Amino acid sequence: MKLLYTLIPLAPLLAAIVTGLFGRRIGRTNAHRVTIAGVAFSLLLSVYAFFHVVVGGAAPFNETLYTWLVSGNIKFEIGFLVDNLTVMMLLVVNFVSLMVHIYTIGYMHDDDGYQRFFCYISLFTFSMLMLVMSNNFLQLFFGWEAVGTVSYLLIGFYYKKESAIFANMKAFLVNRVGDFGFVLGIAGIVMYTNSLAYTDAFEAAPTLVGQTINIFGSAEWDVLTVLCILLFIGAMGKSAQAPLHVWLPDSMEGPTPISALIHAATMVTAGIFMVSRMSPMFELSETALSFILIIGAFTAFFMGLIGMVQNDIKRVVAYSTLSQLGYMTVALGVSAYSAAMFHLMTHAFFKALLFLAAGSVIIAMHHEQDIRKMGGLRKKMPITYWTSLIGTLALIGFPAFSGFFSKDIIIEAVHMSTIPGASIAFWAVLGGVFVTSFYSFRLFFLVFHGKPRMDKETLDHAHESPRVVTVPLILLAIPSVIIGLLTVSAVVFGDYFKDIIAVLPAHDVLGRLGENYHGPWQFVLHAFQTPAVYLAFAGFATAYVFYMVAPSIPAMLDSKLGFLRKILDNKYGFDDFNQAVFARGSVSLGKQLWEKGDMKVIDGALVNGTANSVGFFAGIARHLQSGMLFHYAFAMILGLLAMLSWFLFV
Amino acid sequence: MSFPILSLTIWLPILAGFLIIALGDGPARKLAAATSILTLLVSLPLYFGFDPTTAAMQFTESVAWLPGFNINYDLGVDGISMPLIILTTIINVIVVISAWEVIKDRPAMYLGSFSIMTGLMIGVFSALDAILFYIFFEATLIPMFLIIGIWGGPRRVYATVKFFLYTFLGSVFMLIALIYMYKQGGSFSILSMHELALNKDQQFWIFLAFLAAFAVKIPMWPVHTWLPDAHVEAPTAGSAVLAAIMLKMGGYGFLRFSLPVTPDASSFMDTFMIAISLIAVVYIGFVALAQRDMKKLIAYSSISHMGFVTLGIFIAFRLIAKGDDAGVALGLEGAIVQMISHGFISAAMFLCVGVMYDRIHSREIADYGGVINTMPIFAAFMVFFAMANAGLPGTSGFVGEFMVILASFKTNFWIAFLAASTLILGAAYTLWMVKRVIMGPIGNDKVAALTDINPREFWMLAILAIFVLLIGVWPNVIGSVMHASIENLVQHISTPKY
Repeated sequence: MKLLYTLIPLAPLLAAIVTGLFGRRIGRTNAHRVTIAGVAFSLLLSVYAFFHVVVGGAAPFNETLYTWLVSGNIKFEIGFLVDNLTVMMLLVVNFVSLMVHIYTIGYMHDDDGYQRFFCYISLFTFSMLMLVMSNNFLQLFFGWEAVGTVSYLLIGFYYKKESAIFANMKAFLVNRVGDFGFVLGIAGIVMYTNSLAYTDAFEAAPTLVGQTINIFGSAEWDVLTVLCILLFIGAMGKSAQAPLHVWLPDSMEGPTPISALIHAATMVTAGIFMVSRMSPMFELSETALSFILIIGAFTAFFMGLIGMVQNDIKRVVAYSTLSQLGYMTVALGVSAYSAAMFHLMTHAFFKALLFLAAGSVIIAMHHEQDIRKMGGLRKKMPITYWTSLIGTLALIGFPAFSGFFSKDIIIEAVHMSTIPGASIAFWAVLGGVFVTSFYSFRLFFLVFHGKPRMDKETLDHAHESPRVVTVPLILLAIPSVIIGLLTVSAVVFGDYFKDIIAVLPAHDVLGRLGENYHGPWQFVLHAFQTPAVYLAFAGFATAYVFYMVAPSIPAMLDSKLGFLRKILDNKYGFDDFNQAVFARGSVSLGKQLWEKGDMKVIDGALVNGTANSVGFFAGIARHLQSGMLFHYAFAMILGLLAMLSWFLFV
Repeated sequence: MSFPILSLTIWLPILAGFLIIALGDGPARKLAAATSILTLLVSLPLYFGFDPTTAAMQFTESVAWLPGFNINYDLGVDGISMPLIILTTIINVIVVISAWEVIKDRPAMYLGSFSIMTGLMIGVFSALDAILFYIFFEATLIPMFLIIGIWGGPRRVYATVKFFLYTFLGSVFMLIALIYMYKQGGSFSILSMHELALNKDQQFWIFLAFLAAFAVKIPMWPVHTWLPDAHVEAPTAGSAVLAAIMLKMGGYGFLRFSLPVTPDASSFMDTFMIAISLIAVVYIGFVALAQRDMKKLIAYSSISHMGFVTLGIFIAFRLIAKGDDAGVALGLEGAIVQMISHGFISAAMFLCVGVMYDRIHSREIADYGGVINTMPIFAAFMVFFAMANAGLPGTSGFVGEFMVILASFKTNFWIAFLAASTLILGAAYTLWMVKRVIMGPIGNDKVAALTDINPREFWMLAILAIFVLLIGVWPNVIGSVMHASIENLVQHISTPKY
């Protein structure tokens, strides 16, 4: 099994190396063949792992691959942990990655960087697989930063575009802020357990309850709270939770396939996965959970609001991703880890679908992304239209679609939770339903319905995308509809995550929810007694009225509520603040330190002050330039001997 | 005494260096190439024949030299010095490759100087007699002084003088300390100095004398300002060697002298040392952000990275006080790994700047932009090394920093907090430079006319990239050889001398 599991990440890595080093030599077709074969093979092995571990009930695989380093009694190892949680991530990552690989053949068809792109996405797949398969914090951190690096490369894929290379640096640096917390969290775990292995950390966690660490003055902090919040700061960076969310909308500068793969389906959910994986630790700190809950609720609601005023097709979907990641984070905060993972899975399918569909529209529009210049594409692009509709319905939580189950369970779980902050979070996630539905259908109507608003030539040329594009759309649309229905019983209310995700009885909202659970269809029926479904419908209806019936209303609202609109257009000022304070502030601080500290004080007063004999030494130096090496060397040795003798004899 | 491998690795490049100079420019390149490869091969048994289970000195040689003063020609290596020697011989090969067709002015003298310097630096890392150490330590200044002074940039006079003043003044104090200890113990043997009983005051002054030498060399804030100037004026290979190896002589000095000779004073001074190490990491990180000259930026980045070395070394005493000997070893080994890793990465970064400088003759960031358009293969290397410089896991740049951060957290939360800020600062100054130099549309006509790297430049960078990856993916390759020596050092410094 070890070899088999090793091949899962290795296959895409090898493919990436081949296309990376020999891309030009092997040509375009071979580049996509190699990488697709790599990912397909990896998916195949993941399916095998699914049958072996999940269906066959084999014990979780937890073994070391090799010893990376031994130092200070700590073994740093590379190894794999394959259990039900890992298998779920393997399937999601590899499936979406394969779809994106195939889709890319069509999307990047005319791009000069074709081979480079395939190399990057395979490299990404490798990194992501290393992340999810890890059995220790070292490898987790490796995968964590590696996916960030590939994301950096891909956001800046169009390296000539100033906005793209700004966005990729911003993404990397904001993620580094998160990783700063993350690495401290890992260091803390090492301090208390002297090990990097998950199992050691989980074993030690209960013994840490009640222990404190001294951080500020005399105040004693609960160790687990500190460690969990530090780890979660890492998740905030990667999973784009406020205030570290600022990089994700800008990441849309990258080509659309990677927006689907990295910035919607997989990488950004790494934080959610990590916290779920660490549930035996997070469970033990209610403060940390509460912190997570508040951050998630804020992100879920307020980032959704921004989505309502965006006009770039990809940015609308990006803000929706932020908001949905907020939902997952909220679920983590109320200890509904399984629900978070479940939403992660359904979201991966329908959000990848929505992004790829958006990409299909962008191709048809000749890379125009402004939805105000679209409209009426329903007839022109039937497959894109119908798959987009499916994705939208899944996203807004239309009953029985996959997103419906995952989102409704999160809302119910928050409703039941007693974690501090849950009552506010409940209103945030409930309000978010309306907002999600509104912006999703606003996008949908503006793109596919109404009068075409693009110029005539674009309109005449607009047509359905080729099959390499539409087939992945269809293949993603299928799970977007049915995956919730099929798996909700096992994943959320069953024992899929038994012994992997730990929940204290006092926090077990999903357990209590499960007491009234009698199968998925009954859950659908029950939903009609709760407000969420009606809010989603209200969002749809509002969007319909605003953008199909009476377009004058949004314009009127804009002028009447201009200040609100401005706040949303400024994205609450996060970007301006960061730019002014952190970016410009750091550079000018650096300048001050350099000019005042280094040049004026150290060099000016101390060095050159004490050494006004510079002229004398300069004289020596001038001799040197004439090449009199031996004179100088001789002089130096003489001086040395003279000094030696002086010390020894005097 | 078995075959004198150490003597051979020291004297082969030195004698060959003189021969290269003597034979003139004609055969200089081939001779230098042969010498560098031969030196590397000769040094390899030091790694592969190394016994990692013992802390005792290995490959020892001892010949009486000046018996009147009990000065001996004592050589030997342990797990601390051996990796540094291998680093030196590898970088020496890279230097020859880098200079191959670039240096037109007196190539024999240039290559000869580097060859001699290599031997001297190996001497520094393998000397077990304090006077021998001191002579090698000082003698390395001569070829470097010449390299900057003759082949350097327009402000080379100022730079060389500053370089010389700083480092020479620093090491004079060390010489005084060494002679003082000879008068106390009657021996210049470094190992016997380790055992020399010194009281609190003696240790304090000796520690300060060592500090003057090694803090300048590595360099630590605030005695660092010679380095950016020296780097800016030095020719490419000079910068590479300066950053890759000469700075490490300071870190090595702390481990070989300051800690074992004056453990109690080191312990007494540790708060101060930790503080200035952290200033190096944070303050210099900000200063690097403001640089407009690529070489200066990398020079400041070096200082910041060396802050991790001194931090890893001097948190030792806090951890000893806590009884966490394993943590001490983690910090010390982290410091060594950081030195080795920085040797490869900083050399690569300076060579990258050199590749561009050879074409456009400017180091100003503003003179570039969009280099990727005309030099895609070079850009791939540059981005890779930049990521390594920013401490990306999977590259060697991550390993040492990670180890030191882990050890720091065991010491104190805020030390780890400030140290970890390098994750953000290091990435910020490195990637911002990459953005302005490599990325974007073609910046000007000169960039438009660039040609991508040739096979010589490719292999020069590729070899370094392989080592950066190797250490990043499997750091045990250097980690495994130093445990015994480090454990011995930890034992030694845990025991007060009075």
